[in-house]
Amino acid sequence: MIVATLDAQTLVDAVGLGAIYALMAVGIGLVFGVLRLVNFAYGQLVMAGAYTLAFTADWPAVASIAACFAVVITLSLVLERSVFRPLRTQSPAVMLVTTFAVAFLLQSVALVIDVRDGTIGEPAGSIGGLNRAVSVLGVDVRRVTIVAVVVAVIALGLLALLLARTTIGLHMRAAATDFRTARLLGVRADRVIGFAVVLSGVLAAIVAVILTVQSPLVAPDFALKETIVVLVGVVVGGIDRLWTATLGGFAIGFTSGVINGVLPTDKTVFLPSAVFALVILVLLLRPAGLFGRAPAAERV
Amino acid sequence: MSEPLLELDRVELRYGPVPAVRDLSFAVGKGEIVGLIGPNGAGKSTTLHGVMAVLPLHAGTIRFDGASLRGFPPERVASAGIALVPEGRRIFGGFTVDENLRLGLAARRQGDAAGAIREVFELFPILEEYRERPAGALSGGQQQQLAIGRALVAAPRLLLLDEPSLGLAPTVVDAVFAALAAIRERGLTVLLVEQRAHRTVAFADRTYVLANGELRATLTPADAENTEKLLSAYLR
Repeated sequence: MIVATLDAQTLVDAVGLGAIYALMAVGIGLVFGVLRLVNFAYGQLVMAGAYTLAFTADWPAVASIAACFAVVITLSLVLERSVFRPLRTQSPAVMLVTTFAVAFLLQSVALVIDVRDGTIGEPAGSIGGLNRAVSVLGVDVRRVTIVAVVVAVIALGLLALLLARTTIGLHMRAAATDFRTARLLGVRADRVIGFAVVLSGVLAAIVAVILTVQSPLVAPDFALKETIVVLVGVVVGGIDRLWTATLGGFAIGFTSGVINGVLPTDKTVFLPSAVFALVILVLLLRPAGLFGRAPAAERV
Repeated sequence: MSEPLLELDRVELRYGPVPAVRDLSFAVGKGEIVGLIGPNGAGKSTTLHGVMAVLPLHAGTIRFDGASLRGFPPERVASAGIALVPEGRRIFGGFTVDENLRLGLAARRQGDAAGAIREVFELFPILEEYRERPAGALSGGQQQQLAIGRALVAAPRLLLLDEPSLGLAPTVVDAVFAALAAIRERGLTVLLVEQRAHRTVAFADRTYVLANGELRATLTPADAENTEKLLSAYLR
């Protein structure tokens, strides 16, 4: 019985997964908003952060995390400056294919670096203590799940404040709504895009820290599966607006967590089939996205 | 004509391989209101897009206050002191009136931003009343006021208006032209693209007639009564 197995433990884990996916969705949605670029290479930014945590595993945790942020943000800016900015006037198809190429390039570079010791995969354990569980109202909750939810709430709250209350936030929202008109008003394209890329990188670094606690073995395909699922979630939610993309990311993470929890252990192999069948159904019923809307009529 | 603020010298603009404006030369003097009229597809809006660098310059030169604008991105043109009120208004409907006005400040180099918004509220009091409302909830005429106000808060030296009366009811068009008259009183230089030929010729210091991307004639307010006859002769 499905209902019988949908317990509090499953729901808590599902919320934790939804929180991580929501952070990734915001990172992808921020860049899409200003560049109209679906960044398939987002997972490789997370992977780069995870490798940094692995290679600095013997450093103090704070220094290791700081290095992770520095590497991911720098890599984000380098990609923006060297690849995405020169191509930003090209068609979405060209930009998407470019992000595929960047993703596989970064994955290949990671592989070359990783196999130097003769094995694939590096352990990252700088804040492994977060894997221990605490009991909350009789439910065992891993500390990293609590951290994921709290960090997601704080990060998304701060981002919402930044977008709503600051000038750069206003410019980012304008650029995401109508970039051409925003530029005609004097909004500086390079500044807005650079800022969105940095924020997106910060979120990727946060995700790298949380994911390496959950899955400490870092390999070149680290976060790849999650990125694909989140990209699907972003489209299902509605990629045109940041909050719908975020909800889409959360929804697909939460749904995956719930389905994973209710499926018998020997049936979890059916999880991707169940999730993606649901995705197709949603897109057939609501092609503009689960939370999408029709454009407003012109006023006279 | 007073000292030129905007000069177009043998300008050619293209959409892909198709020329939309050819060999176009004219000037707008400081403090002048200059009209640009012509049939659909004449190249009026394209000319404004060329000035704002939305469309790359294929040939010729565009100078603003004596300096070439070649190679400037749109935001740098805006920061140089040229503001465009685009066709169809292109306000941000999901943003509040206040946020739309604050966006206009992006091109403003310095000075009293709050004072600039206050001045817009003096010109268009309805915007102050509705400043916290979503701009998409305003009527078409109010949205046009907002689009003009958003351009004015940047404290531009040159205001480009692309068909500000398009799609508006006749009484609202009167209000828009009244606002333009108030703007003229402030001594701002204006380049006005309009379909309403007679009204534009009567209003502007000088009006250029475009057809098929070329300059065909220059009219003055003295020609206003005969605008239609002159146009049919020039555009034949």
